[in-house]
Amino acid sequence: MSTPLLEANNLFCERDERVLFEQLSFTLNAGEILQVEGPNGSGKTTLLRILAGLSTAFEGELSWKGEPMSDVRDDFRASMLYFGHLPGVKATLTAEENLRWYCAVHPLTRIEGVHEALAKVGLRGYEDVPCHSLSAGQNRRVSLARLYFSEAPLWVLDEPFTAIDKRGVAEKEALIAAHAAKGGSVILTTHHELAIRDNVRQLALGGEIPR
Amino acid sequence: MAKSWKMPKWFYQLGSPRWCYEITGKLLPGFAIVAALLLVVGAVWGLAFAPEDYQQGNSFRIIYVHVPSAVLAQSCYMLMAVAGAISLIWKMKVADMVAKSCAPLGATLAVLALATGAIWGKPTWGTWWVWDARLTSMLILLFLFIGVYSLHHAIDNEINAGKAGAVLSLVGVVNIPIIKYSVEWWNTLHQTSTFKVTEKPAMPADMWIPLLIMVIGFYCFFAVSLMLRTRAEILEREKRSGWVRDLVEAR
Amino acid sequence: MSEPSVDISLTRVFWITLRRDLLLAYRRRNDLISPLMFFLMVATLFPLGVSPEPEFLSQVAAGVVWVAALLATLLSMDSLFRSDFDDGSLEQMLLSPQPLALLVLAKVVAHWTVSGLPLTILAPLLGVMLYLPGEGMSALIFSLLLGTPTLSLIGAIGAALTVGLRKGGVLITLLVLPLYIPVLIFGTGAVQAASTGLPIGGYLAILGAILALGVVLTPLAVAAGLRISVSN
Repeated sequence: MSTPLLEANNLFCERDERVLFEQLSFTLNAGEILQVEGPNGSGKTTLLRILAGLSTAFEGELSWKGEPMSDVRDDFRASMLYFGHLPGVKATLTAEENLRWYCAVHPLTRIEGVHEALAKVGLRGYEDVPCHSLSAGQNRRVSLARLYFSEAPLWVLDEPFTAIDKRGVAEKEALIAAHAAKGGSVILTTHHELAIRDNVRQLALGGEIPR
Repeated sequence: MAKSWKMPKWFYQLGSPRWCYEITGKLLPGFAIVAALLLVVGAVWGLAFAPEDYQQGNSFRIIYVHVPSAVLAQSCYMLMAVAGAISLIWKMKVADMVAKSCAPLGATLAVLALATGAIWGKPTWGTWWVWDARLTSMLILLFLFIGVYSLHHAIDNEINAGKAGAVLSLVGVVNIPIIKYSVEWWNTLHQTSTFKVTEKPAMPADMWIPLLIMVIGFYCFFAVSLMLRTRAEILEREKRSGWVRDLVEAR
Repeated sequence: MSEPSVDISLTRVFWITLRRDLLLAYRRRNDLISPLMFFLMVATLFPLGVSPEPEFLSQVAAGVVWVAALLATLLSMDSLFRSDFDDGSLEQMLLSPQPLALLVLAKVVAHWTVSGLPLTILAPLLGVMLYLPGEGMSALIFSLLLGTPTLSLIGAIGAALTVGLRKGGVLITLLVLPLYIPVLIFGTGAVQAASTGLPIGGYLAILGAILALGVVLTPLAVAAGLRISVSN
């Protein structure tokens, strides 16, 4: 196997004097889907924020394409799409304006795909509506629409299926599977049973680790 | 802070809380004795034996407290910023703890300098407060200390609090020369007094030697307080590590 | 998958972010009025609270207008990153491959355009109300024009460090006010010099130098502050 896309070595993180995980090591290769599992409060979101580079409250090493993360931070940021608890959508901008700005600062995106992406997440006709008139679920869908026009090889998705109907979930799963089939990688957390079978690995976070 | 520069091994050893705790434990008694000695000698000499000032009489003797605390308050801010920078760049835990311990100590010193300045002002200028350049700068320094201290205590996450405090104190360090310059310039514009607080024309040796002793004594005393605070901080943050537990059980 | 090419030009990123923030401010234009009203009201308090004597007022006018402008800027600072933090846009900004300091600079420029610039335009009105000598008027405008961007830049550091805190508003005042002092001193100094017929070139040069230093250094501190505030 060639060098893995993302490698975590001996991660340790504690929160409020509680160890969330320690000696956590794993690799993620191109074309793989990594599902992070564990009960509530086991540190799934924290781990995803650490991997995305939002949180620095951890010890251990991360490497990207075989190089230490701190040396290739810009390349990593350009290659990653992060979907977190907050949609990252400005309420006074329209859905389209929001996504266009995202494209403007992220090189690996197809700006011409914005319109179609909004249609795909069921927001056709809402392109020019300010996002404060949309529901919370619709705002999340605006954010998820990025999956349709992003060409970033790594997706980090924190609970992407929350507040989405059954058909929507199936579509997103198909999208994730297609992304992996094209050689992209995904790290995600979900309470939902994944229907994807190929290239999926599970990473279990076990809540509190007895010391 | 994405980039870190590699430094020699001893530098990282300095960052080991346990090593620091042990080494400061050995240094503490020495510093404490020297500080007590210097402060007693300096105070007795300065207050009882140094000659009277030909202009101000005995009231000038307050410089033996005022000057050391003012000098030390500024050094303390520098130390806080340098320790903050070290903790930001090399992620050194102990530097962060030192920086955190500096803020309250520095604020106390600044208050002491301001209070003694005010007490001195009464017999000299006839008022408790004069908008003298040095006093004003010291007041602003106190504000800067209070800012760092409040930021430290407003952020719950210990690590983030340290980093935020470090960024703020670095910003402050860049600003201090500008502030000092602007305040001095402002003072010459609105000249209120012709008498400078600390700049004395040719002080006789009998006056400045005790002052020097007091300054060094203050530094040693500061070192003792800083070590005590930092040691307490080390124990607090490392309380779940093996060596601290052993330490507690040995008691 | 193609290799990531960071070939979006930085100038374009700057303009697009600036445009976006101006658009955001325009859509919420009612919010922009409050700092301006605050500015007017603080200046009104002085004649009411101290003395309406034209002689006294013309003496303190420069200081009053500058202090009011400083407080109004400070008041508007807290909102600079607040909404971005709350809706997650800040996370996305931090995760973009563009230099964060550049995005920050664009945001501060946008913020100044809708806060500091209107204050500067409104200032002569206050000057007239407070009997500022006519000679001081142009100095007031120029000193504010050079000084208020620095106030916005420094305020952004405080905003970045406190954006994650619930009680950020009061704390930001504590952090930022001492750092505002040099700008205040040279700003009022310029107006007072002009009122007494002295040249003001030196003052403006110093204010300009502080601004230049601020443009270069503060975005770095703001960027560091934002990364700290988001990381928890």
